[in-house]
Amino acid sequence: MTLTPQPRAGSSPGARGASAPRPLVESFEEGLDAPICLTWELTYACNLACVHCLSSSGRRDPRELSTAECRALIEDFERMQIFYVNIGGGEPTVRADFWDLLDHAVEHHVGVKFSTNGFRITPDRARRLAASDYIDVQISLDGATAAVNDAVRGAGTHAAALRALGLLQDAGMRGMKISVVCTRHNIDQLDDLAALADRHDATLRLTRLRPSGRGADVWGELHPRPEQQRQLYDWLLTNGERVLTGDSFFHLSAYGQPLPGLNLCGAGRVVCLVDPVGDVYACPFAIHERFRAGSVRGAGGFEQVWRHSDLFTELRSPTSGGACSRCSAYDACRGGCMAAKFFTGLPLDAPDPECVMGHGQAALESVPASSRPACGQDHSHPGPVRNAPVRTPVAGPVALGPVSVRPRSSPPDRACASGPLAPRELTLLTEERRAAGPPRAAG
Amino acid sequence: MQESETWRLAPSAALRPEPFGALAYDFASRRLTFLKTPTLVDVVRSLADHRTVGAALDAAAVTAEERPAYLRALDRLGATGLIVHARAGSPP
Repeated sequence: MTLTPQPRAGSSPGARGASAPRPLVESFEEGLDAPICLTWELTYACNLACVHCLSSSGRRDPRELSTAECRALIEDFERMQIFYVNIGGGEPTVRADFWDLLDHAVEHHVGVKFSTNGFRITPDRARRLAASDYIDVQISLDGATAAVNDAVRGAGTHAAALRALGLLQDAGMRGMKISVVCTRHNIDQLDDLAALADRHDATLRLTRLRPSGRGADVWGELHPRPEQQRQLYDWLLTNGERVLTGDSFFHLSAYGQPLPGLNLCGAGRVVCLVDPVGDVYACPFAIHERFRAGSVRGAGGFEQVWRHSDLFTELRSPTSGGACSRCSAYDACRGGCMAAKFFTGLPLDAPDPECVMGHGQAALESVPASSRPACGQDHSHPGPVRNAPVRTPVAGPVALGPVSVRPRSSPPDRACASGPLAPRELTLLTEERRAAGPPRAAG
Repeated sequence: MQESETWRLAPSAALRPEPFGALAYDFASRRLTFLKTPTLVDVVRSLADHRTVGAALDAAAVTAEERPAYLRALDRLGATGLIVHARAGSPP
C-alpha cells in the first residue's frame, strides 16, 4: 500500500511545491537505506537436485556462516529495521540450527518467510509455524501435476509439497505461498495452480525462470516459448491481483500494459541476496563475482555493503539503456533482467534474452558460446540423489535460446524459490504503481 | 476521520525513515506501507504526542488546503490498522 496525500483532482500537481511526492519507483531506483526484499540463503546443502537450481545447491559449503554469525546478522537486520527476510538455500531446514535461528529472528522482530521443498515439515513443526505471526512459509512447486513438477524438481517432490501444504493448512496456517517457476511445461497449468493454492488457503507466487546456476543448463529447453510469454502476460493481466510476482515479469510489460508487481529491476536498489558464506549479491539470480558487492564478514558488515559498496552505488546510478533506449517499449521494460542477460552472455545494456519485441533472439544468435560466463560457484551433488528429477525426452521444438554451456552428467537441483519480492510488498507496490498515475483519491 | 479524534501508531507497527518519507510495517498484519512524504511521517509519529489528529496536523504545519488529503491518508492508515483509534482524551 502506498499512502500519499494526493492533491484534489483538478489541482495543479505542482501546487504542493517541494512536498509533492514523486513516484516511488524513482526513489527505488536510487536505492533505499535498507532493502525491502532481502533473500538470505542459509546453506548450499539440499536434499534435492532440481534441474534449474539458481544457486547450484547440493552440498554444504564448509565456509558457511556459523550459528553465532547468523545470530549477529539477524541483530544487524533488526538494527537496520529490515522488517523481514526471505530465507532460502539450498534447503534451509537441513541446517541443524535452522529452527533456533527462526526463533532468534522472531525474538529480534525480524519476520521470516522461508522457502522449503516441504520434506521436513512435520505435524508438530506445522503447528509451531502456524502459531507465529512472524513466520511465513513458501513451498516450492513447479507443476500442478507430478509429471510436470517431478521432471524438474525430483521424484516424489510434488507429493512432498502437497503433504506439507496439507499439514500447514490443518495446523491452521493461512496465506502460505506456493512458489512456481514458470516453464514452458507449466504455463498451461496456471489455472490449476491457482486452484490448488485456493484449496490450501495459500497464495500463488510466480517467478521467472532465470538462466542462473544450474538454470543455465536447462534454460534453453525450459524457458517459455514466445507465444507462451504472451499467454503468461494475458493470464497475469487477468489474475495478477491474486498472485505474487515480485519483479519477475517486468520485461513482459513491453507488451503494452504494466503488470501488477514491481515493474523495475530491484537488484541492489531494494533487493539483495546474502549467500550462505556471507557474500552479498545484487539479487538472488546473480550469484557471480560480477554482482558480488561485498561480504557481511567485512568491516562494517552488511550495512556497509548495502549503503556504500561500489557495485550497489553503480546499480543505483542512471543507466543509458544501450540499444534498448531507442525502442518504444523501453520505458515499460527498462531493458529487462540483468541476470538473464549476463548468464546468456549478453552485454548488460543489450535486450533481455526474452525480449517480447524479439530483439533478444537476434542478440542471442550473435553471442558466441565462449562469451557465456561460467557458473559463479557450484555446490551440486556429485552423484544422483534419492529424489532425482524424472527426466524424460522433451517433445516438440527444442531450445530457442542457448543450450547448456557446461557439460553436466548428474541431474541438478533447485534449492529454493527465493525470488526478489516478498509477498506483502508486492501487493503494496502494485497499489503504488496504480497510484503513480494521475492524482486520485488518497489512500 | 475527524480532526477531534485521537489516534496512535499501532503498537505492532514500526516506521523506518527513508529518503522519500518512511516505510511502515505492521508485524501483526505483515503489511508494508509506504508513507510518501516526510510531512505525513511527522504527522503519524506525532499522533502519540497529541490529544487530537488536528493538533498533530498543526504541529506538522499542514495547511488548511492540504488537510483533506492528509485526513484521507490517515483514514486509509486507520482502515488497515497501521494507526489505531484511541479513546478521546487518552493521555498523550
